[in-house]
Amino acid sequence: MYSKKVMDHFTTPRNVGEIEDADGIGEVGNPSCGDMMTIYIKVNDGILEDVKFKTFGCGAAIATSSMITEMAKGKTIEEARKITRDDVANELEGLPAVKMHCSNLAADALNSAIDDYIKKNKD
Amino acid sequence: MDHAATTDVDPDVIDAMLPYFRHYYGNPSSLHSFGAKAAQDLEDSRLKVAKGINARPEEIIFTSGGTESDNLAIKGIAYKNSRQGKHIITSKIEHPAVLNTCRFLEKKGFEVTYVPVDNSGIVNIEDLKDSIRTDTILISIMHANNEIGTLQPIDEISKIAKTNEVYFHTDAVQTVGKIPIDMEKIDVDLMSLSSHKIHGPKGVGALYIKKGVSIEPILHGGEHERGIRSGTENIAGIIGFAKAFELATSNLENNSKKMLKLRNHLIESVKKRIPESYLNGHQTKCLPNIANLRFSFIEGESIVLMLDMKGIAASTGSACSSKNLKASHVLESIGLQPEVSHGSIRFSLGKDNTLEEVDYVVDSLETIIKKLREMSPIAKM
Repeated sequence: MYSKKVMDHFTTPRNVGEIEDADGIGEVGNPSCGDMMTIYIKVNDGILEDVKFKTFGCGAAIATSSMITEMAKGKTIEEARKITRDDVANELEGLPAVKMHCSNLAADALNSAIDDYIKKNKD
Repeated sequence: MDHAATTDVDPDVIDAMLPYFRHYYGNPSSLHSFGAKAAQDLEDSRLKVAKGINARPEEIIFTSGGTESDNLAIKGIAYKNSRQGKHIITSKIEHPAVLNTCRFLEKKGFEVTYVPVDNSGIVNIEDLKDSIRTDTILISIMHANNEIGTLQPIDEISKIAKTNEVYFHTDAVQTVGKIPIDMEKIDVDLMSLSSHKIHGPKGVGALYIKKGVSIEPILHGGEHERGIRSGTENIAGIIGFAKAFELATSNLENNSKKMLKLRNHLIESVKKRIPESYLNGHQTKCLPNIANLRFSFIEGESIVLMLDMKGIAASTGSACSSKNLKASHVLESIGLQPEVSHGSIRFSLGKDNTLEEVDYVVDSLETIIKKLREMSPIAKM
C-alpha cells in the first residue's frame, strides 16, 4: 500500500521530538479524525535551523511529518512557506489516494508553525 | 493473529477438494453418471454440514459465503413477508453484510430499527422488546461480533422473536467451530455460515433455513438448491467447506479451550506490561479467539504496520474497513470516542497459534507501543 520511501520514514522517522525553546509551534489535525501533528521550528537569521515533530496518526501521517522536517531544515522562511502538500507526497514517491487528504497534513503544520513564529516576532 | 479475517485452508480440506477439479467435475444437474456422482457428493456434504449443527440436511442451502447468506436471509424474508409488514430489527454492531442489506431495504420502503448495545457490545434486550411493532417481520442479530467477539444472548432473542411471531436470523460466521451450535436447542429460523473462517476455501458458505420457513430467492435461474439459490453448485468448494465444517465441529472443544487460554494470556500479559491498555468487549461472554485491545494516545494503522514488519498479522477494526478511514461502527456503538477507538487492534487467534507466538506478540507490542507513544503529541507519559 505504501511506497518504500514512506515505509522508510515511518519506520525510522527523522527529527522526532519537541524543541523546548521553539520559535514557532504549529499544531494541526484532531485525534478524533485519527491524525494530529505538532511541528516545532527554531529560526536563526530567517533560516529554519531546526525542525522537529510529534505525530499521532497512521503511517502516512508519520512519514509526511518526518519528510517535511528534512525538506524544511536549512531553508529560509520564504522557501519553507512554498512547500505544498503535493511536494511532500511527491518527495515520498506518492501516497495512497485515501491518505492524500486526511493524513497529508505536514505542510499545513509547518505553515502554521511559521505563522506562529511571525506572530511572536511582531510583538 | 488475524484469523477472524480469514484462515489458511487445512491440508485435509485441500486433499478432499482436489479430485473434484480433476476427475469429478460433473454438474449435479446432469443425468449421466458424472452428474450423478456430483449430485450424490453434494448431498453428502449437505448432510455433513447439517450434522455439525444438529440440523436436517434439507435445511442447508449452499451459497457463495457469509455475505450472500446474510443477503438471502434478510431480503428473502423481507420480500416474502412484505404484505404482513415492512419493519425489521437489527443491531448497531452487525457485519456490513447485514447493515448494508438493511440500508438497501430502507430505500425500498422497509423500515429498520438498529438497536443499541451496552459498553461490552451486548444487545439491550429491553430496547429490542420495545422496538417490536405489529408490522415487524424479522429480527437479525449476529451470534458473535466479528470485531470484538462479544456473544449475543441469541436464546433470549429467539424467545422474544417466537413470542411475537417474528422471524429470527443470526449471522454465525464467526462462531462456527468456536461455540457449539445445536439447532435442536436454539430456536433460530435462519443462520448464516461461512467456509473460509474455519480453514475451508473462500467463496462458499451456507444458509440454514428452518424447515417450514419460506423465503423469496434473490438469484433466479435453473432452480438449484430447491429453487432458493440458483446457479450451478460450486462442488469442489462445497466439498471443501463440508470437510472443514466436519473438522471444525468435531474438534471444537479442544480448539476452543486452547484458543481461550491463549486469548486470556494475551489480554493479561498486555494489560500487565503495557500501561493504558484496555480490552474492548466482554471479558467472558465472548468468542474464545478474539481479543480487541485498545492502546491510548496512538493510532491503530501504525501499530498494525509495525506488527506486520515483525511478521505479525493483526487488524484495525475488521479487515473490510481497513480501506476506509472512519472509526469502527462497532467501537463507536460500545461508547468509545473516535480518538480512543483509533488506537484499537483486533487479534484473532487460530487453532494452530502457540503460547510462544502470543508471547512474541506481547514483546513486540510493548516495543511498538512505546515507540509510537514517544512520537505522539497527545501521550501523557
